Amino acid sequence: MPNLKDLKNRIASVKSTRKITKAMQMVAAAKLRRAQDAAEMARPYTERFNAVMGALAASVGDSDSAPKLLSGTGKDDVHLLVVMTAERGLCGGFNANIAKLAKQKALELKAKGKTVKILTVGKKGREAMKRDFGNLSVGHIDMSDVKRVGYVDAQGIAKEILGRFDAGEFDVATIFYAKFVNVVSQVPTAQQVIPASFDAPAESTAEASTLYDYEPDEEAILADLLPRGVATQIFAALLENGASEQGARMSAMDNATRNAGEMIDKLTIEYNRSRQAVITNELIEIISGAEAL
Amino acid sequence: MAETMQFDLVSPERSLMSAQVKSVQIPGADGDMTAMPNHAPLITTLRPGVLRVETDKGIEEFVVTGGFAELGEGLSVLAERAVPKADVDQAAYEAMVDEAHAAYKQTKETFKNEPGPVDDAAKLLADMVAVGTHIGLSTKQPSL
Repeated sequence: MPNLKDLKNRIASVKSTRKITKAMQMVAAAKLRRAQDAAEMARPYTERFNAVMGALAASVGDSDSAPKLLSGTGKDDVHLLVVMTAERGLCGGFNANIAKLAKQKALELKAKGKTVKILTVGKKGREAMKRDFGNLSVGHIDMSDVKRVGYVDAQGIAKEILGRFDAGEFDVATIFYAKFVNVVSQVPTAQQVIPASFDAPAESTAEASTLYDYEPDEEAILADLLPRGVATQIFAALLENGASEQGARMSAMDNATRNAGEMIDKLTIEYNRSRQAVITNELIEIISGAEAL
Repeated sequence: MAETMQFDLVSPERSLMSAQVKSVQIPGADGDMTAMPNHAPLITTLRPGVLRVETDKGIEEFVVTGGFAELGEGLSVLAERAVPKADVDQAAYEAMVDEAHAAYKQTKETFKNEPGPVDDAAKLLADMVAVGTHIGLSTKQPSL
């Protein structure tokens, strides 16, 4: 039988754990709201951007002069996987799920005989990818100094990717992040950013492409906008990721808090039982002592 | 009442303005233009400059660093970065110029033998410097 003092200490320690997880849950909830707001604010820009790009891409089409960012390099031998994860753990399966999807994709591509390069954003992703594909890593972008994700951060990442693309280091780039569905569900997603694909509705593009005047000409605009498109997509992904991370952390901490509560209940019962047993024992000793006289 | 059109100014981080306006002066890449209701549909890229929005209530001005404008039923300006003119002080302006300067320097190093991108970056920098005169701040002339 565990002694009373040990049990008491144990209960106290689980109680303080519960306090911490509860606080973390509340912080995550507040941050989640902010992250969701940020994602909401960015939506009009992304939507319009994609609509315009869709129209432009449709009108320039597959002509030979189309920029490489749109038409691709004509090969698909070298793939760059950009794995975007959080800087911190304690958020359930969030980081692991993204890394898992990226690993699957990497194995798939390798099986097809393609070359895979990996660029990680966020510390947790680097750790996860290093274990299996450490030799494929071509770089890492640290986000630990970033308190609030801004467009500038996305531009930084985009610049890094575009620089490598211009240097001919890869043909296809795919970003990995978790799409925020709701607090309990975040879906790891792979999205191809280079060559660019814009999923504008087909009918509206056909209509739009006949309507607009372009100043300067279409190709100049496209050349100007495509790099921005990459940044925009990355920015949207970063925001989704931010919301997903907080959502995942919130539900993970909610679970932890509940588990701690259950544990406290169990330990309290055990504590009371042993206390009673001790009292009973003492009584028996006293009574049998009195009877012996 | 004068004819109006829907105008939206959005940056990647937030939407800055959404209102009915009489006219908007846009710093287009090929020159300034004024968009008024029933303008022909047009897409243009922006250079760094001042966006002048005329509404019933008066005139609002924003400093934009680049992006593009889509003129259709209404006008949407998608700016890379847009700041109300009143919020741009000397320090903020100088930071923007410095940024453009750094970008120019970097481009110059990466593309040593190609004049194209370097000229583009130089123009961007010159435009950014010119913004200073437009908004009445003392211009900062970076050494090239």
